[in-house]
Amino acid sequence: MTTTSRSGSARGGGRVVAGRLPWVLVVPALLGLAFLVLPLAGLLIRAPWPTLLQRLSEPQILEALRLSVVTATIATAVCLLLGVPLAWLLARVDLPGKRVVRALVTVPLVLPPVVGGVALLLVLGRRGLVGQWLESAFGVTLPFTTAGVVIAEAFVAMPFLVISVEGALRAADQRYEEAAATLGASRWTVFRRVTLPLVAPGIVAGAVLCWARALGEFGATITFAGNFPGTTRTMPLAVYLALETEPEAAIVLSLVLLAVSVVILASLRDRWVNAA
Amino acid sequence: MTAPGLSARLVVTRPAFRLDVSFDVVPGEVVALLGPNGAGKTTALRALAGLIGLAAEGHITLDGRPLHTEPPDRRPIGMVFQDYLLFPHLSALDNVAFGPRCRGASKAEARRVAAGLLERVGLAAQAGAKPRRLSGGQAQRVALARALAVRPRLLLLDEPLAALDAHTRLEIRSQLRRHLAGFDGATVLVTHDPLDAMVLADRLVVVEDGAVVQQGGPAEVARRPRTDYVARLVGLNLYRGSGDGARVKVGELPFSTIEQVDGPAFVAFSPAAVALYRTRPDGSPRNLWQAAVEGVERHGDNVRVHLGGPIAAFVDITPAALADLDLSPGRQVWAAVKATETHAYPA
Repeated sequence: MTTTSRSGSARGGGRVVAGRLPWVLVVPALLGLAFLVLPLAGLLIRAPWPTLLQRLSEPQILEALRLSVVTATIATAVCLLLGVPLAWLLARVDLPGKRVVRALVTVPLVLPPVVGGVALLLVLGRRGLVGQWLESAFGVTLPFTTAGVVIAEAFVAMPFLVISVEGALRAADQRYEEAAATLGASRWTVFRRVTLPLVAPGIVAGAVLCWARALGEFGATITFAGNFPGTTRTMPLAVYLALETEPEAAIVLSLVLLAVSVVILASLRDRWVNAA
Repeated sequence: MTAPGLSARLVVTRPAFRLDVSFDVVPGEVVALLGPNGAGKTTALRALAGLIGLAAEGHITLDGRPLHTEPPDRRPIGMVFQDYLLFPHLSALDNVAFGPRCRGASKAEARRVAAGLLERVGLAAQAGAKPRRLSGGQAQRVALARALAVRPRLLLLDEPLAALDAHTRLEIRSQLRRHLAGFDGATVLVTHDPLDAMVLADRLVVVEDGAVVQQGGPAEVARRPRTDYVARLVGLNLYRGSGDGARVKVGELPFSTIEQVDGPAFVAFSPAAVALYRTRPDGSPRNLWQAAVEGVERHGDNVRVHLGGPIAAFVDITPAALADLDLSPGRQVWAAVKATETHAYPA
């Protein structure tokens, strides 16, 4: 009995005689924790709980909510369509200058979203390099439209998907793909019937993360797509606007976004939070 | 060059390693590439499959057709990988049906072929099971069925029994032998286990450090090893010397043999053929030399004595003999081998 309990505690890391905790580490640690948690707690404390449901059903809020969900979902679909092949290219094909390509892919991760919005305007705006041509050839204008929102969100969110899927591809055992090749599978068949099923969990995680990022997108959206109710005013934009006029509505919208974040974090906790 | 079967020269260059082996396999024949870890056996097999490229000097010809210019998915091969690599998301049936599907069969046709093969390897009942629910022996048989499902002309097996425990291994080895006997194409098998090679293969190609050091039938290789590695595998003492008729001189030590060899020669004898004496035995016509005991270890039911001295040798004696001789490291003993117990052959 004694031996089992002893080995049990040893495995748990307990029963080690450690010195006193150094306050120079503990105090900043607790301050840091408070700094991260208090604002969220404030949001919960100040929330207008009694009128929450009623406020949630206000037309402008519902409209922003609907627009956000729709654009984030379409943006995620676009990211999947383009990002999964891009991740495959980075993980499986010997490209010259692959390191540069990978660095370029991750730029939107660290770029201020407003800068991203400005860049999108310069390329896809009415006078932009590609936008000019799009308008004259097809009569399509992207800035300040719902399509523009999708583009801004996809631009900012795609790196999350690419990095997640590329990581999953690198971690997957490539010998399964070799086995498929010896059975006569072309590279496309290998990708479709072996690679994709093997990395499906990574793709799902990447898509969820991508969707969350798209849902919260603010800077690039407001710069590239503007802030028009019903067409481009997504939730983060509505939060910002409501703060001026109707702080309670801003809190309610913020709560919704917070709830979404928590749900996503919980669903991905095994892959991202505890991964390290 | 138009002979049926496989004719290959496999040349692969890597930093600090070069593989250059040539061998032929006729249809219906099983050739085992036998060698220590790192000898380049698996590299050779992957080159045959097209998973790694050949250097310019290399070539692979199968049934008169050049194979080395084709990508892996265009080669008429079936491969069984060391840890099988069954697709984890597909059932046993769909794993086996994967190849026929890729080669143009309809879904129903592919499944019919797959069901037939699973039946043949005795796994009809496991057709719907995912690979993680199969035992090692079952997974091995599914992998074999999957490789055979594409009707290959060349079957490649990479350490097909290495992942199995000793008991399963015995059973699967004899089953595999039966399935290989029923296969009409060329088979190349890679193994580091001499027993697997001798039981499964018609011919052995021994590879060391990226080169073929010996090839021949199992009996030939077992009786007449040509390198220390092969001698150890088949459990013989092996020496290189020079022959002049009925004697082979190994270093300063002349060995009387029954075979007549002139010029460079090998002498081989079994560790069990050596007798040990504390004092010099009298009046015997045996090959006799004095040596120091370097070590003693258990070897099955017997004891294996390592001898130093003029020639290093393994000697197998019974535990009783060990007690009688009172052997311990450093002790001087006399070792004797009858001429009839030795094999001499040209080097």
